[in-house]
Amino acid sequence: MSKIKKAFENGKAFIAFITCGDPDLETTAAAVRAAVENGADLIELGIPFSDPTAEGPVIQGANMRALKGGVTTDKIFAFVRELRLDVKVPMVFMTYANVVFSYGAEKFISTCRDIEIDGLILPDLPFEEKEEFQPLCSRYGVDLVSLIAPTSENRVAMIAKEAEGFLYIVSSLGVTGTRSEIGTDLASIVDVVRQNTDIPCAIGFGISTPEQAKKMADISDGAIVGSAIVKLLEKHGKDAPKYIGGYVKSMKDAMVLGF
Amino acid sequence: MTNPEGRFGIHGGQYIPETLMNAVVELEEAYRHYKNDPEFNRELSELFNEYAGRPSRLYYAKKMTEDLGGAKIYLKREDLNHTGAHKVNNVLGQALLAKKMGKTRLIAETGAGQHGVATATAAALMGMECVVFMGEEDTIRQALNVYRMRLLGAEVIPVRTGTATLKDAVSEAMREWTSRISDTHYCLGSVMGPHPFPTIVRDFQAVISKEIKEQILIKESRLPDAVIACVGGGSNAIGSFYHFIGDEGVRLIGCEAAGRGIDTFETAATIATGRLGIFHGMKSYFCQDKDGQIAPVYSISAGLDYPGIGPEHAYLHDIGRAEYVPVTDDEAVNAFEYLAKTEGIIPAIESAHAVAHAIKMAPAMDKDKIIVITISGRGDKDCAAIARYRGEDIHE
Repeated sequence: MSKIKKAFENGKAFIAFITCGDPDLETTAAAVRAAVENGADLIELGIPFSDPTAEGPVIQGANMRALKGGVTTDKIFAFVRELRLDVKVPMVFMTYANVVFSYGAEKFISTCRDIEIDGLILPDLPFEEKEEFQPLCSRYGVDLVSLIAPTSENRVAMIAKEAEGFLYIVSSLGVTGTRSEIGTDLASIVDVVRQNTDIPCAIGFGISTPEQAKKMADISDGAIVGSAIVKLLEKHGKDAPKYIGGYVKSMKDAMVLGF
Repeated sequence: MTNPEGRFGIHGGQYIPETLMNAVVELEEAYRHYKNDPEFNRELSELFNEYAGRPSRLYYAKKMTEDLGGAKIYLKREDLNHTGAHKVNNVLGQALLAKKMGKTRLIAETGAGQHGVATATAAALMGMECVVFMGEEDTIRQALNVYRMRLLGAEVIPVRTGTATLKDAVSEAMREWTSRISDTHYCLGSVMGPHPFPTIVRDFQAVISKEIKEQILIKESRLPDAVIACVGGGSNAIGSFYHFIGDEGVRLIGCEAAGRGIDTFETAATIATGRLGIFHGMKSYFCQDKDGQIAPVYSISAGLDYPGIGPEHAYLHDIGRAEYVPVTDDEAVNAFEYLAKTEGIIPAIESAHAVAHAIKMAPAMDKDKIIVITISGRGDKDCAAIARYRGEDIHE
């Protein structure tokens, strides 16, 4: 059974995204622990890429800071191994296809299993190209997470039917980043998802406030927050983890308890 | 499952965010329909001939031939097209296609600015809105082209992320397309990116080799021994090669920008220094480090300054049908000056890479051999930069 399911057993799931090595891996470790202690149910660890084409300026900035700080795929693997000694919530990697491909897909994905990474999110690997990594992910028990976008329309059912882990529903057109308003009719996308799969679905892109998190959690199984957390790292650097803890708590509380 | 039509051997594919998938599916369907539509083809031919000035000349470079003392050299004069480069072939095709699809806005990336100028031109002609993304570094190297695009009514957005060059302009144009799909067509400038772009751009550029073949048969009653073109993403090269791929006696040679040399980090020669990867929607060869981070490439030529190569070129390389050779800044600048002084033709610095290789190759060939060099664009835009390279500071 997918371990990712566990993230959805404590009411609506709060999923936190953090770029590894921004500004250094010690801070990332402290940020992950702060998020988990304050209610994060699943951690998305970003492996930085030089040209993150699906990211807005905030996460692009985090990628650049992390690479400038000298982080590499091997250093991130070692870091996760250590993090796993005490962090027990499901964790997934979010990166770009070339990072996996270039490392050697089998070596990368088998290492994910060894260090207890439960899934892989690759925004530049759509349904049509998932054969690139799917067989290896299945062999090593790593969920290859699929994304659904506001433009997916006739594709939603096809993607949902084969989805594993959880479904990542992209809230709006465009790249990652905070938005004041989310206009997509997400409820009807979720309806189609529900008709085609039992796995949970969470909504991401543009979510930053407790109100938005609550709203998204009400129509799905959880909310994914990246840019708002990365902004705290951008602003506070090594001091960011204590702000991240408070922020995650406010989001999770809003999702579970309401206002 | 991957779309087999989008593959060239193992290369190509559609490695893009889900948000864009229906847009490329829609584009593929529209293209499949219009490429065989007589009315579309009639309109495109008319634009090529009446507006862009096709067919472009195949010019016998007599002085250059005599000076080098070997193979007979012909120049395919894409520099004589309206807007001054081969880019217009692809842009007129894509703009017409976009218009038929009901799109009202074109976005594009540009390196040297030639593709941006061509897109701005087509948008003006067809009454469409136009936004061009250009690396900030390139807006400085090619200030004249920035002005031309604005004059044509386009908005030019300087891209400051990453290395602020062509690859970052592509990334930014892709991000923009992700945020606005319904009224916008991404007019990609080279044979790269996700399927169907490498095929669409190749088909529109294939007019180059179609004409070369007809023209050389009239002039020489036989096919050339070699066709030489410069390669960044590879659109003028694939256009020059395409109708010769089945003619095994014709050597197809792509000239990559080696920058300061393929043994330095300041190079953009993908086949010489890159390895297999997945980036900008395609599987192909890319300049990258051991962790798959895309390398910051360098060339004096803003149009060849790209860390990848189109998937069909990667395939032609794999099967040994085409050869890819590195040409340095120095060699290209020498060739730029050589063609100006010898033939009175100032080639784009990009095209000068192909000229440079011909200069190396021709003297060793017999006089009854024939080389065709594609002069993909004209060099007016490069004069200030070449002057600077030679230590002379001129103001445009």
